[in-house]
Amino acid sequence: MSRSLKKGPFIDVNLDKKINTMNDAGKKSVVKTWARASVISPDFVGHTIAVHNGNKFIPVYITENMVGHRLGEFAPTRTYRGHAGNRR
Amino acid sequence: MARIVGVDIPNNKRGEVALTYIFGIGRSRAKMILEEAGVDPNVKVQDWNDDQFGAIRRVIGDNYKVEGQLRSEVQMNIKRLMDIGSYRGIRHRIGLPTRGQSTKNNARTRKGKRKTVANKKMATK
Repeated sequence: MSRSLKKGPFIDVNLDKKINTMNDAGKKSVVKTWARASVISPDFVGHTIAVHNGNKFIPVYITENMVGHRLGEFAPTRTYRGHAGNRR
Repeated sequence: MARIVGVDIPNNKRGEVALTYIFGIGRSRAKMILEEAGVDPNVKVQDWNDDQFGAIRRVIGDNYKVEGQLRSEVQMNIKRLMDIGSYRGIRHRIGLPTRGQSTKNNARTRKGKRKTVANKKMATK
């Protein structure tokens, strides 16, 4: 079931605050976050966000195409190196 | 044998069914198209007259994305996912299911034919 439209997209409050203060100040720096479930809002475009994958922070450069996706989609939590017998 | 939007040749079936031979048109869309064109859905394609053909072509052309255009749109959507490096894009790239299905067993539609690995049981011991 999809999220109620009444609530709007889930955007992590702290992350949003940080990005907005950076936008106001015209600065850009890497922001670490654990908020993998947070939707990427249009304000984030152009920033680099370090998204935690359970082990370390994966730097994700946000482009316009990514708006509406969630941060966790860009920081994979599993390593898959293929199976035996799969020639790669 | 008739021709609507390019290569499709629906035959001696009822209009409602024949239109579903077009990629992007299923039963419900076929019904809507015929209703808008003012054609009885039970009439067979061979009994359509030229006016009805024209009306159906117009309705499809104006309102729906079908065949090649639709296919390329789907491909573009998949390509977008792959280009931005999202989880779904990665799953498309390595040819596994994208919507969180189990892949321990089954998932053969995405994974293709089984690839048997010789002595796999021995190797894991």
